[in-house]
Amino acid sequence: MNTLVAQRKRNTLGTIGRNWVLVFLVLEFGYFAILTRGFASLNIVQMILFYGTEVFLLATAELFVIITGGIDLSVGYVLGFATVISSKLMVVFASRGLSPLGAIVTSILITLCVGLIPGFVNGVLVAKLRVPPFIATFSMLGVCQGVSELLMQGIPAKNLPPLAGTIGNGHFLYIVPGSGISFMQRPDVARGVRVIEIIPNAVVFALVFIAIFAFILTKTRFGQHIYAIGGNIDAASRAGIDVKKHIIGVYMISSFFASLAGIIYVMKYITGKADAGAASLLDAIAAVVIGGASMFGGSGTVWRTILGCLVIATLETGLRMRGTPTFDKYILVGVILIFTVVIERFFPDFKR
Amino acid sequence: MGYIIETRGITKRFGGLTAVDNVSMGVNAGEVVAILGDNGAGKSTLIKMISGVHKPDEGTILLDGKPMKLESPMDALANGIETIYQDLALAENLNVSSNIFLGREKTKRSLGMFNVLDHEYMQQESRSVLDRLEIEIPSLKNTIRTLSGGQRQAVAISRSIYWQAKVLIMDEPTAALGIAEQKKVLDLVKSLKTQGIGIIIISHQMYDVFEVADRIIVMRRGQNVATRLVSETTPDEIVGLIVGSETVKR
Repeated sequence: MNTLVAQRKRNTLGTIGRNWVLVFLVLEFGYFAILTRGFASLNIVQMILFYGTEVFLLATAELFVIITGGIDLSVGYVLGFATVISSKLMVVFASRGLSPLGAIVTSILITLCVGLIPGFVNGVLVAKLRVPPFIATFSMLGVCQGVSELLMQGIPAKNLPPLAGTIGNGHFLYIVPGSGISFMQRPDVARGVRVIEIIPNAVVFALVFIAIFAFILTKTRFGQHIYAIGGNIDAASRAGIDVKKHIIGVYMISSFFASLAGIIYVMKYITGKADAGAASLLDAIAAVVIGGASMFGGSGTVWRTILGCLVIATLETGLRMRGTPTFDKYILVGVILIFTVVIERFFPDFKR
Repeated sequence: MGYIIETRGITKRFGGLTAVDNVSMGVNAGEVVAILGDNGAGKSTLIKMISGVHKPDEGTILLDGKPMKLESPMDALANGIETIYQDLALAENLNVSSNIFLGREKTKRSLGMFNVLDHEYMQQESRSVLDRLEIEIPSLKNTIRTLSGGQRQAVAISRSIYWQAKVLIMDEPTAALGIAEQKKVLDLVKSLKTQGIGIIIISHQMYDVFEVADRIIVMRRGQNVATRLVSETTPDEIVGLIVGSETVKR
């Protein structure tokens, strides 16, 4: 009888332990909601999501690589590279007489293709030439930064089609209380009429891709093989898994996501610059670790990584609203990171 | 004799070193053959040729009496030659059924267009192969990390059996196991024998060898120096053959 109670108690504790990031996030949000007037509102939640979009994407990118036991330091500057390419292309296409929408779509497609190149090179370096991932992607970071700066020549891209900003800063759904709803398009209403905006386009766009790749990771053979490679690379190759191909694929997925993040950056801020994603790299890695993935590979889920991102994004928005300087955020992210690792060291059962 | 697997005069050289020198041996279906020898005697190289890791420089390997070329470990697997390495080659972060199906996962159609993993099927099949071998593992959803050494060995064996092994090569199957677990693994080997699988065991544990093997092949300096039926030899004689103090009568 007693053991049953003890077991139940342990199960409850275990459940909390396994989901401590979620608990932490709720507490964190509660803390800011109590301290800051107006924090617990639809707008703030959407703001957290909106400003966190790039980190969501970079963290998902990083997760795939980290599951295989690697690391991709280049994602931040691949993001920057993608902002430069796509903004330049948009300007060029628009000035050549393409319709704004045509110019934007064409630029996005070209950027996504070009954005696969850094990942392919990283993958080949790591898988075929056995360069340590840290070195391979660190070099790629430099190359991307340099190439982006060369393309920019110190001048940020200007005269982007305004439509880019309209889409990037628009929302998926608009509700005008009492008069109707509208998708994607801001309704024409008189000034002062309240319009409720639901889910920024950038967030929708990011979540669609994240959901697709979460599906790939959990439901397909490719996903299963990535975990196997991270768990025991020899076992994976002896089981007939083409390890090299998978590793190249993973780095390509990583730079694909970094390019997506770059495109979203351009659409949000209507500019492109080489160091657009420089600060996001560490947030992305931190988010993956807070989400419980092991840096040695073999574990981690998209869902938990997103929770990790939200912990950081909530912190950032919360502190900004309280008017605290940003370096407080760096300190806190550092502390949370250490806290995560310590928790997992002491309570290994808490891992999935 | 109709060996299920046989080598005829296979030789493997690494540079100037002849690791395996003109070795002929065979295993019958339902027979356990132990390969013994000191470190560097060529045991590992020999089984690596049979499992497709190394290509022999000379000689042939015959499966069911038919000569075949093994280009890669995958070729060997496709032909029903399964190898359990000393490190077991399990992904510790994955669960039991994922490991049994590793690299050969069963998928099903979902929404008419995606091939998704069919976990339910894999769990059922894993359960049935474990039951057949009378292996007790509490939950197939447990990761390998949570299992004991013997249970891991059992999972590795089940994986080979599930994929219809005709020949099972085991490298030091009882090393690093507790006494009780060693016995379980040996029992498992005996039950595999009754299922008509040809088994090659490499081991240093003389007791284990005499417990399960039918025949012993002793290797020294790359050569097959003696073959003995377990029923007609003693551990002392085998030790003598391994170190080379016993005169060899062929």
